[in-house]
Amino acid sequence: MTDLYQSQRAMRRMRKAAMDRGVVAILDLGTSKISCLVLRFNGPAQFSEADGIGSMAGQSSFRVIGAGTTQSRGVCFGEINAMGETERAIRTAVQQAQKMAGVRVDHAIVCFSGARPRSYGLDGHVELQGQVVSEQDIAQALANCDVPDIGEGREVIHAHPVNFALDHRTGLTDPRDQIGNRLSVDMHLLSIGSDEVQNLLYCIKRCDLELAGLASSAYVSGRAALVEDEQELGAACIDLGGGSTGLSIFIKKHMIYADAVRMGGDHVTSDISKGLGVPMSVAERIKTFHGGVVATGMDDREMIEIGGDTGDYEHDRRTVSRAELIGIMRPRVEEMLEEVRLRLDAAGFEHLPSQKIVLTGGGSQIPGLDGLASRILGQQVRLGRPLRIQGLPQATTGPAFAGSVGLSLFAAHPQDEWWDFDMPNEVYGARTLRRTMRWFKDSW
Amino acid sequence: MPHLNRRDPAPSRLSYRLHRLWLTPLFRFFMRSGMPVIVVALAAWAYLANEERRDALMLSLSEIRQSIEDRPEFMVKLMAIDGASTELGQDIREVLPVDFPVSSFDLDLDEMHRTISGLDAVAKADLRVRPGGILQITVTEREPAIVWRVHDQLELLDATGHRVAPLETRGDRPDLPLIAGIGADRYVGEALELYAAAGPLQPRIRGLMRVGERRWTVVLDQNQMILLPEKGAVTALLRVEALHTAEDMLARDVRAVDMRQPGRPTLRLSQPAAQDLLYSRTPDGDTQG
Repeated sequence: MTDLYQSQRAMRRMRKAAMDRGVVAILDLGTSKISCLVLRFNGPAQFSEADGIGSMAGQSSFRVIGAGTTQSRGVCFGEINAMGETERAIRTAVQQAQKMAGVRVDHAIVCFSGARPRSYGLDGHVELQGQVVSEQDIAQALANCDVPDIGEGREVIHAHPVNFALDHRTGLTDPRDQIGNRLSVDMHLLSIGSDEVQNLLYCIKRCDLELAGLASSAYVSGRAALVEDEQELGAACIDLGGGSTGLSIFIKKHMIYADAVRMGGDHVTSDISKGLGVPMSVAERIKTFHGGVVATGMDDREMIEIGGDTGDYEHDRRTVSRAELIGIMRPRVEEMLEEVRLRLDAAGFEHLPSQKIVLTGGGSQIPGLDGLASRILGQQVRLGRPLRIQGLPQATTGPAFAGSVGLSLFAAHPQDEWWDFDMPNEVYGARTLRRTMRWFKDSW
Repeated sequence: MPHLNRRDPAPSRLSYRLHRLWLTPLFRFFMRSGMPVIVVALAAWAYLANEERRDALMLSLSEIRQSIEDRPEFMVKLMAIDGASTELGQDIREVLPVDFPVSSFDLDLDEMHRTISGLDAVAKADLRVRPGGILQITVTEREPAIVWRVHDQLELLDATGHRVAPLETRGDRPDLPLIAGIGADRYVGEALELYAAAGPLQPRIRGLMRVGERRWTVVLDQNQMILLPEKGAVTALLRVEALHTAEDMLARDVRAVDMRQPGRPTLRLSQPAAQDLLYSRTPDGDTQG
């Protein structure tokens, strides 16, 4: 548990350093697009409580001053597949955003959806020494959590304390200074494959940037697309991305489960490409302009030219009806949603008090998706767009940018109380003692 | 396929790095202001490193300056002196070695002002170059107030004791009072007060003598003297006057009135008068023999 402490705190230090510089790049590394936002932090929030606006969860403390989006290359299933290609794509996006911002950025906070995220629920408890819960007690409780075997070659990306319980009272968000005998904490831990993280780190480094933070895109999309009461009462956010579909479950404003289905919009495109015998770029174009999941009688008569470059007139003049296109797309979308349904069931989503489901991400723009999703996932489905943040260009306000916006919110207002508590004393002391001993040995 | 040989839209690593370098504030500042300054400075240094070029540059600069200074608008053609007597005017023209016409840039008015103010007869001088190329000198002369005899010479002093001019003979300025003695020039003001206080005695005064650089003695005609104290000289003189008016004292055979002890005026009689006094006091009159 101590290693976790240290890695999380090191991450926080990096982010603090980046925030002190005032300018941070937000990099959403997706399978279909890479987008980069440049944020400028102007210190504390500009609006005070007296204005009736509230702190807005830190959103008013930053402003987007640059944005760049480019087609992603070399990324599959949200993981880096071809390093050089990805590096070039990142350079394109970063340079574009820097040019718009007119400043140079050195630190990047990155989110990505791949690397097989896996959720764990942890709990730890401590018998209180004094009567009043102190920060040390909380730190001790966190440190007492037994870490599950997350497997070889995996790393912790998020570790949030989601709930504190004091004796028989549970559901506390901040137990400090309360009185009780036994403090227990529930923690949510998200692990990902470390090879993918290493690749990402190396790729960012090759772009002369410094990684100042890492987040799972399922988590940050949820931060952006779920409104406050949904986060409070329980909701799932489904981020239909290009290469993978992330899902995250929130309750009491904390993420309690996250997972990713390795299927996304690119698979729909490749189905169209195979089914109609057209290149991927044409298939993508047909999907975005004419795609849908619910066929009507009208769609039989709407013919789509799919074209071709062979020089054969018959081949180049091919047309398909929209109904045929929908017939190709719908099974794949259904498959994705069913897979999501399975994951939600596995997570015990039906036990939550509110079972709101929010679809976001570029894939959620398919016409008729909400109808299909409500048949598979339940009645409480809505399409979500990310929150509006200051200075965000109009072109980047769509649902495809939920990850970028969420990551900005995450950067401005990290939700990890974990970080606010100090190292437990004895651990810290032992380490110091050991280091002192080593220093003595080394010096004499 | 139309897109087979499409150029890679990604920036090359070099252009990416250069772009980032250009966005670095310090580098940008350096390129925008530091670099031009250095280039200009280097060029100037390289040009001026050659002595010939430097001299030529200085020469052309001084030629330009000269041509501007020599324009007729800046030439001063004559000197006008106001407020000075003929002799003083001649003196001023003598001490100012200016060859007209001269450029006003070459006139050192401060130096000239110092020279003119250095003349004894000048109390105050104003110099300016008037439009039309005239050097206007306005002088306030010192008014001689007293004649000072010292070291067998006669000097004219103004009311503050400053030297105005030498005097050939006393007869040249009979209207001015006379003082004598070393250090008398520092007490001209007091001397003038004494003259003013003299009243009816004034026509009889030949002069004031400074004795031992500390007190005045009024020298009257008929070899009479009034010895005044160091302090309160005017009061003492007024008392003598009062005595004279009441007793007609100075008309008698008195050599000196000694007022050095203000509370005790002392008379010194002439030898015959003292004799007479002595005789008149003794009963037989020939005791003295």
